[in-house]
Amino acid sequence: MNNRVVITGMGIYSCIGKNLDEVRDSLFQGKSGIIFDPQRKDYGYRSALTGFVERPELKGLLDRRARIMLPEEAEYAYMATLEALANAKMDAAYIARREVGIFYGNDSSAKAVIESNDLVREKKDTTLLGSGAVFQTMNSTVNMNLATIFRLRGVNFTVSAACASGSHSIGLGYHFIKTGLQDTIICGGAQEINFLSMTSFDALSAFSIRMDEPQKASRPFDRDRDGLVPSGGAATVILESLDSALKRGAPILAEVVGYGFSSNGGHISNPTVDGPVRSLERALQDAGLQVSDIEYINAHATSTPAGDSSEARAIHQVFGSSNPYVSSTKSMTGHECWMAGASEIVYSLVMMKNGFIAPNINFENPDEDSAKLNIVKSTLQRDFNVFLSNSFGFGGTNSTLIVKKYV
Amino acid sequence: MKNEEIIEKIKAFLVDEFEVEPEKITPDANLKDSLGLDSLDYIDLVVVIESNFAFKVKPEDFSDINSFKEFCDYVIQKVNAKELV
Repeated sequence: MNNRVVITGMGIYSCIGKNLDEVRDSLFQGKSGIIFDPQRKDYGYRSALTGFVERPELKGLLDRRARIMLPEEAEYAYMATLEALANAKMDAAYIARREVGIFYGNDSSAKAVIESNDLVREKKDTTLLGSGAVFQTMNSTVNMNLATIFRLRGVNFTVSAACASGSHSIGLGYHFIKTGLQDTIICGGAQEINFLSMTSFDALSAFSIRMDEPQKASRPFDRDRDGLVPSGGAATVILESLDSALKRGAPILAEVVGYGFSSNGGHISNPTVDGPVRSLERALQDAGLQVSDIEYINAHATSTPAGDSSEARAIHQVFGSSNPYVSSTKSMTGHECWMAGASEIVYSLVMMKNGFIAPNINFENPDEDSAKLNIVKSTLQRDFNVFLSNSFGFGGTNSTLIVKKYV
Repeated sequence: MKNEEIIEKIKAFLVDEFEVEPEKITPDANLKDSLGLDSLDYIDLVVVIESNFAFKVKPEDFSDINSFKEFCDYVIQKVNAKELV
């Protein structure tokens, strides 16, 4: 079986907007969602920079039983999924009749783990944790909670692949539908944003310390970048077989046409050029597209010196002949980690739908590698039909998705 | 603490923290069938009893308790026993 796989809904809850409309405006305006968080400095962080989004008010939307099961990242995922399902015109009655699955990217629930253990250390009694803690602390928390809330009956497991989690979740969803195993799958990525969750990452000196200029700190591909800025939220896309979407008269936003993946086979955190190149080439081959068919690349580029250079070299090696537009939306959002692979599909879909390419803000001076790319410095109003999105993670995991306007 | 105060406190946390509809809380109301508490809610009752009345119980202590009145009697007896000590 070789089903065509389309995207019929999307939803977003991020530091540049809590819904699709807000995010569209921020992307168009090149607005940053980065702040200085004094609590991080007091706690012992090297860098107090972070993306920031308020937690949603869920009272009135969900009952107590559902609410006490949700850690922060699952609250974001709930909001993004609620918007995506509405966007896809998929209601509870439809879900009750069909087998809808869920693959969600997530790779931590640190705050829930830390706070529950702090309480036990203080009270010396696990029974005082109550019933919610266990469901908040597990890595699969987003999946178990959304599958329960939305009463899903299809495939249901979490994809943990560091900063490529969200992208691989969509890649897996695409394959499950393409091969006929499922008709509809909710895919996405979630990322907690609290100050407890990023200590060990900060320990690697991976974060920008441009703390006097928070909104200029995330500067992918710029010569003067000094590290990434952690961020979070959640993004959801509804993947569906074309047949299913047509049968129910669903809005079709785009088609997923290619998924590439690879592992670097080397160092746990140092990037390579070869690993991403193989992921890019595999995605192109899967999509049956030529290099020149790709009009826009939403880069993984996180604003780290080594990572951006390696990706720039990989993109140039594969796409040097056609030199498509490139931007990293992380310049505005910071690095949304486990969520990023899914949110960057949503950001790119928003751009494709509205006929513009969002700027790689803070790109003031190229280095020798980024100078070879066609990086979009300011908002470009332009229709495009095919984009590619990269996501890479610790352990050398790489993921590439190619999405095409549905015609 | 007077018995009425204890009952009011129990009603208050059932309404505020467990979102039980106040009109459903009657002496004979069954905790599971009428008030809608499930097995996980019993785990949370341990936590609210500790924070409201400062004594610890085990979830299995509730195994013979079915109605709201039985639950109140259980808490009242525990609070009184504690005050006697």
